[in-house]
Amino acid sequence: MTSGKKPTLGKEDDQPSVSSGKQGQQPQWADGLKQLYDAVVDEPLPDSFKDLLSQLDDKSSDESSQN
Amino acid sequence: MAVAERSVAEKADFKRELTEVVPHLRAFARGLCGRPDMADDLVQETMLKAWAAQERFEPGTSMRAWTFVILRNAYLTDMRRNRFRGDYDETVAEKVLTAPAGQEEPIHLSDMHRALLTLPPERREALLLVGAGGFSYEEAAQICGCAVGTIKSRVGRARATLNDMLAEGNIPQRSVDDDTAHRAILEELDDVASGKSESAKP
Repeated sequence: MTSGKKPTLGKEDDQPSVSSGKQGQQPQWADGLKQLYDAVVDEPLPDSFKDLLSQLDDKSSDESSQN
Repeated sequence: MAVAERSVAEKADFKRELTEVVPHLRAFARGLCGRPDMADDLVQETMLKAWAAQERFEPGTSMRAWTFVILRNAYLTDMRRNRFRGDYDETVAEKVLTAPAGQEEPIHLSDMHRALLTLPPERREALLLVGAGGFSYEEAAQICGCAVGTIKSRVGRARATLNDMLAEGNIPQRSVDDDTAHRAILEELDDVASGKSESAKP
């Protein structure tokens, strides 16, 4: 895994998604990126999305019959 | 071309997986285009496109990566049609991120967001995928349709730029829709869309 690569980004081949507590090589603000992203992920889904999802099944039959 | 029709069960699986990634699509879109309403429009467009193209999804592969490709392509198309102007999201909380030593003002999450939106789109998306979405460089390269080295270089440059802005307190004000910046962004977009971009440069 650590095949003579530069150690600047310790685990670039691994999934960084699972909150690895790696610090030191990241600037202080780096966590903010994840915070920005996760804040949206954690938002409750607006109704418009639920509506759209529930309409998808109808859509597929439309698409396949028209296309 | 003839693609096998999906069974009812496969469609149900697809829909479940699509439903699961919607919050991630919203987060990625928000990072790309800033304004929450536009971002959500983009996500809905993506969901419809994904649903219509579901025969092309390979079950067992990453739904998140697959739909991100659709989202970014829709974004690039819309960008070129000038629908997004890099507007700043006023609703991002003025939350303190970090207070670097020797700096009078702490860095707020909103600063971070604003700084992010000033990045050229290809660097912004690379940084979002790797730094926020938790994709590996390899996955990000696949999503963006470019070489792994290109992604690494884009992420590196994006980080350096953000670092300059944030660590130096050099955060641009809400002027990302400034004409010059916008034109520069559009020119870069043409490069991205035509597939050359930084991979062609040294």
